[in-house]
Amino acid sequence: GKGWRGRVHAQDRTPVHSKAPQSTGERPKWDNKIQYLLTCIGFAVGLGNVWRFPYLCQIYGGGAFLIPYLIALVFEGLPLLYLELAIGQRLRMGSIGVWNSISPYLGGVGMASMVVSFLVGMFYNTILAWVLWYFFHSFQNPLPWRSCPVFNLTGKSVEECELSSPVNYFWYRETLNITPNIETSGSLQWWLVICLATAWCIVYVCFIRGIETIGKAAYITATFPYLVLTIFLVRALTLPGAMTGLKYLFTPQWEILKNPRVWLDAATQIFFSLSLAFGGLIAFSIKNKLDQDAIIVGCINSATSIYASIPIFAILGFKANSNYEDCLNNNILSLTNAFNMGDQNITIENYETWLTYLNTSDPTKVANLHLKVCDLQTFLDQSASGTGLAFIVFTEAVIKMPGSQVWSVLFFIMLFTLGLSSMFGNLEGVLTPLLDLKLVPTCIPKEIFTGFMCLVYFIFSFIFALGSGNYWLEIFNSYVGSVPLLVIAFFEITAVSYVYGINRYVFSDDIEWMTGRRPNIFWQANWRVISPLMLLVVLLAYVVIQAMQELTYSVSAPQVDFPMYEVLPYPGWVCAICVLLSTVPCILIPLVALYRFVHFLKKRVERLRAPSFYENEGYVSDM
Amino acid sequence: MFPRLHFAVCFTAVLGPTLVHTLCPDTADGYKVRLSIKTALGDDAYKWDESEMFLFRATLAFAMRKYNQKPYEVSDVLVCNETQRVSFWFVVTDPENTSELISGKDVERAVRISRNRINNAFLLTDETLEFLNIPPTLAVPAESGTPPWLIVFGVVIGVVGVGIIALLISSFIQKRRKKGVTEGEEEDCEEEACDKGNGVSHPVEEGADGVNRGFVGDIPFTKL
Repeated sequence: GKGWRGRVHAQDRTPVHSKAPQSTGERPKWDNKIQYLLTCIGFAVGLGNVWRFPYLCQIYGGGAFLIPYLIALVFEGLPLLYLELAIGQRLRMGSIGVWNSISPYLGGVGMASMVVSFLVGMFYNTILAWVLWYFFHSFQNPLPWRSCPVFNLTGKSVEECELSSPVNYFWYRETLNITPNIETSGSLQWWLVICLATAWCIVYVCFIRGIETIGKAAYITATFPYLVLTIFLVRALTLPGAMTGLKYLFTPQWEILKNPRVWLDAATQIFFSLSLAFGGLIAFSIKNKLDQDAIIVGCINSATSIYASIPIFAILGFKANSNYEDCLNNNILSLTNAFNMGDQNITIENYETWLTYLNTSDPTKVANLHLKVCDLQTFLDQSASGTGLAFIVFTEAVIKMPGSQVWSVLFFIMLFTLGLSSMFGNLEGVLTPLLDLKLVPTCIPKEIFTGFMCLVYFIFSFIFALGSGNYWLEIFNSYVGSVPLLVIAFFEITAVSYVYGINRYVFSDDIEWMTGRRPNIFWQANWRVISPLMLLVVLLAYVVIQAMQELTYSVSAPQVDFPMYEVLPYPGWVCAICVLLSTVPCILIPLVALYRFVHFLKKRVERLRAPSFYENEGYVSDM
Repeated sequence: MFPRLHFAVCFTAVLGPTLVHTLCPDTADGYKVRLSIKTALGDDAYKWDESEMFLFRATLAFAMRKYNQKPYEVSDVLVCNETQRVSFWFVVTDPENTSELISGKDVERAVRISRNRINNAFLLTDETLEFLNIPPTLAVPAESGTPPWLIVFGVVIGVVGVGIIALLISSFIQKRRKKGVTEGEEEDCEEEACDKGNGVSHPVEEGADGVNRGFVGDIPFTKL
């Protein structure tokens, strides 16, 4: 109510010490501003920058995709980023406290943030466990995914491996041991459990004292990926076929901009890439030049995406080139053997001329060889994103590079540090609200509580260590990490713009008090009109598209030719879970509002029934 | 006696080439060999000629001797259908009875046992010196007790475990130290006059002008 707002302003006029009285004690004590910036950057820059953005660039017309991407950054990403940092700093609380302060009816926004952070943290660390598994296996010579495992005596290799490829086999069978469909749960894979345990232990070491240890860990986790990307960049540019890949990636196809799907995906990519609406940024923020921070973090995040796509595509170009040459060499070998010509008479350069000559002289014999059509473009078009890119495509490329073990180790450490720094934000997005809600008993030291949190997470993530774990991870990824975040962000921006008030006297005042200047017209216009509108359109479009699609998932089926998957529909109970995952965090918002409203009505009714002259309304407590 | 011998020699001399024609390629007991010298050696490739063929037959005779200790000779290995590829068929005859062929199974086993030696004689590998229908002999994989990935896992989890324990111990020590300090402060308090106002006890600070500064720090903590 208004009384509360007045109270805040009265306090503004006195200098506040760093220990703000309203806060619950978990306020970041960064050693210096660099730590804080590195942590924010680490949180924003994650696996998606490396394995989602290059894929989007590839399927949406190369360089042309940068246009909707940068537009979305400027009009949606940066304003939301600035907003979250400002809110966190101004109200100096975690996400629940913040929204409770703005309006008690909006406490649900913070709760939704916390629930989403928790669910995302569960599956995100499973990906890190898979990364660790590959990392452990990178110390072998030869790499285990180079060739099919062979039975000792007969010399024959496993049939499933022969049908697909060693890389596919290693991922689907030796790592995941995936079941044929989601109904078959399979058993708990012990090797994944110990990788999960390692991943959670590493997270615990960094998270053990909250911000203190996270800040120090951020020096490494935020900077190491850039070092590795640079090394890869230098190496990748010297590989044959790298330029083909880069040309393919960056050649703009302008007609693709007419497709509205491109704009939608650009907006959602910026949104998810910046890790908005998790509450992590709110928990991290400190007194600093906030608009500068927002611009720095946002631009570095996008720049990282673009920078990462260069070595990725150089390597993918190298792989496509390599596959193309292998295809041609196979054909050449068949021809050489069938026509008994001299070894190496047919080379890649004169293949075409020889083929036409042989075809004219003996077409039936050539036809009987069943030569494959080798087209470089087809190999370049084979796109992959997400786990497919990291664990199948990239691992295949790495085997072809000399010194495979080194590149493999570097690549997986980079992925691990990228994911680890994002995990910190997720965990803070759960810990700080718990402290706000005063659910943490003060007698327990923080180290024990964070250990307990990691243990709970670890046990819950056993779901993803089952045989059907990968299917469940896809579900969580698609349904938790999408619509709820958009809804939360929409409520965030409308709450601050219209409930708290971005008019000249309130939010801008706060920012002026915090940073010494008012936000200029650009930010105001965005917060009030452009960003909420964009978010609403994106949210509605996203929901409509999801609803129109049948709920299906793809299953690895080695009997089918590349891309070797079948598409199956989700069974009914799984569909129900998908819907639950999407709606439960969102439903918390109206539920909490309703609960508060009922509480408020009750109090009103009580006061009307028995008014007391001695009741001092000045002390009506904050709800 | 002499004429008979002469006749016998003549007979085998005449029969020799025809023997080759009928016995080779006997697809049941014969094998096709394919060499890819340029692929294997690139610029160092040698030319395939009569001497190389002689070496091949000698090596194969060696392999057969190693297999069943019979006195095989170079002449027991018959070669035919040579092409430019370089590929040819061969069969092996029994040294005691030159019209009998050694069975395909025996030849296969002999080749598999000495495959490495045969490859090395020609500086080639299993892929570049192919015996069609004889699968390559794989080296026995090194049987390691623990898979290497478990070793790496052990190292990582050991380091992390040590880190966790170190951090827990250091924070425990820090807390002990803080407790010691606050206890010390309370003792200080008992000696001097302490203000035990709103439950917060700290020694009354008197500035140079005699003003009680005990309340200065409290203003932000009151909600007004």
